[in-house]
Amino acid sequence: MDKNRRAFLVSMAQNVAIAATGGFLWAAYVDEAKSASLILRPPGARKEDEFMKLCIKCGLCVEACPYDTLMLAKPGDNKPLGTPYFIPRDIPCYMCDDIPCVPPCPTGALDIDSVTEKRDGQTIFDITKMRMGVAIVDIKDCIAFWGIQCDACYRACPLLDKAIFMEYRQNERTGKHAKLLPVVDPDYCTGCGLCEHACVTEKAAIRVLPREVALGKVGSHYVKGWEKSDESRLKGSKGIQTTVTPRSKKSPVESLNEGIDFE
Amino acid sequence: MSKLKKYRFLILRRFTQIALLVLYIGGNYWGWKILQGNLSSSSLFETVPLADPYAVLQIFATGALIGTNALIGAVIIALFYAIVGGRAFCSYVCPVNMVTDLANYLRRRWKLDKFEKKWWASRNIRYWVIGLSFILSFILGTAAFELVSPVSMTHRGLIFGMGFGWAAIVTIFLFDLFILKNGWCGHICPLGGFYSIIGRYNLFRVRHNQPNCTLCMKCKDVCPEKEVLYMIGKKSQIVDMGECTLCGRCVEVCDDDALNFSIRDFAKKGEKNDV
Repeated sequence: MDKNRRAFLVSMAQNVAIAATGGFLWAAYVDEAKSASLILRPPGARKEDEFMKLCIKCGLCVEACPYDTLMLAKPGDNKPLGTPYFIPRDIPCYMCDDIPCVPPCPTGALDIDSVTEKRDGQTIFDITKMRMGVAIVDIKDCIAFWGIQCDACYRACPLLDKAIFMEYRQNERTGKHAKLLPVVDPDYCTGCGLCEHACVTEKAAIRVLPREVALGKVGSHYVKGWEKSDESRLKGSKGIQTTVTPRSKKSPVESLNEGIDFE
Repeated sequence: MSKLKKYRFLILRRFTQIALLVLYIGGNYWGWKILQGNLSSSSLFETVPLADPYAVLQIFATGALIGTNALIGAVIIALFYAIVGGRAFCSYVCPVNMVTDLANYLRRRWKLDKFEKKWWASRNIRYWVIGLSFILSFILGTAAFELVSPVSMTHRGLIFGMGFGWAAIVTIFLFDLFILKNGWCGHICPLGGFYSIIGRYNLFRVRHNQPNCTLCMKCKDVCPEKEVLYMIGKKSQIVDMGECTLCGRCVEVCDDDALNFSIRDFAKKGEKNDV
């Protein structure tokens, strides 16, 4: 009887060990594969971790795209297998007004609410609301920064003068010309990549990166005191609280003057 | 004609497998609106959503709130296999079935079983893999099997471009041919295991008529899940195990009319014991 129990326990332990070994290898691969952060997702995609939870890898968004912009990651692409992405330098997103790629998504990995707006009780598509990524200019390799006139990205931008605007700066080398420098405003940039597609340099000097990768974060303790809306965040706060230590108990003036005889 | 009859289910299976593939490929390359997407999730005539219920359950396990279309699609597919299809997905739909069937055919043709070193592996591995896939989906925050599944890799590859996906297909082929008989479909694949579970009580079943049986064992020779044929020559009953893929190979090879498709008779008590 005892022998039987032992045999059962050992075989159970064996099974668990095999499962753990397999599970470990499996988990290691999946965890690595899904952490590819430099990947541009289709319009309306949720944040990457949420997207990776939801995407069922069916390719309905890919099939809906009329420009063949979207692709499904194949083995060898070094992206999470089967998930949709695009490479703007090859084919950018042309920002269709009717957004054909988002509604077919069966799981909600592409969030239709993020690219629609309710106007007069009607749902209206607004592709300019999408945030697939943000364009970043490499100011060393952008020839406009050399003083050569080039506004390829600026002209290509579907949100011209908003997402990319031109900043004028004196060309100090010649002394009499202006440099027309492209500047990206992340508040408007959708990450469509038309600029990257249009860039004339051998390797694009303006590139779209995932917003999570490219953008910083200020933190809530910075308040724009000159903006009413931002300033209003301070309402209800208990005022400034300072930490009191033995050193800071007295005011600096007091401690500076300590022990000095002024007579 | 008799030859055709000998392969009638095989021909039907290859037809459905290839026809579905053609419809899906047409959906991507030529814009056909019949079946779009792939086996993970698709849309039929642009209206009816379909989804792989196993993939949807894995998404559940990640803790994400899934869209209604995928939910409806998964319910439709699950109900279809639970009531009608059984585990027929594996033998009538799945593209990997053609690869493993080829490996199995060559195994028989070259009589590899006689010479190959035998490995024993439990056919329950697939159920462990199912359990593991839910745990990993929960921990890693992504549908874990879907990222490694050779089934969806193959199907997706044929529709959207293969990349290095052929390597997975070759691996499965070699594994089934030289390492483990029915290795992938019969031991490991959790999708097959999943359909075994939900298709356990479907209507269509193979029935064994014991008095006709001459014990030639041709059926067990071709069956990819031969444990399910435990009753051969012993008693008349339906093949009741969920692992039966309803491929019909046993029905075809039986020269004695001892195996046939039938409809499960729920009313009959003691179905298991006698007819």
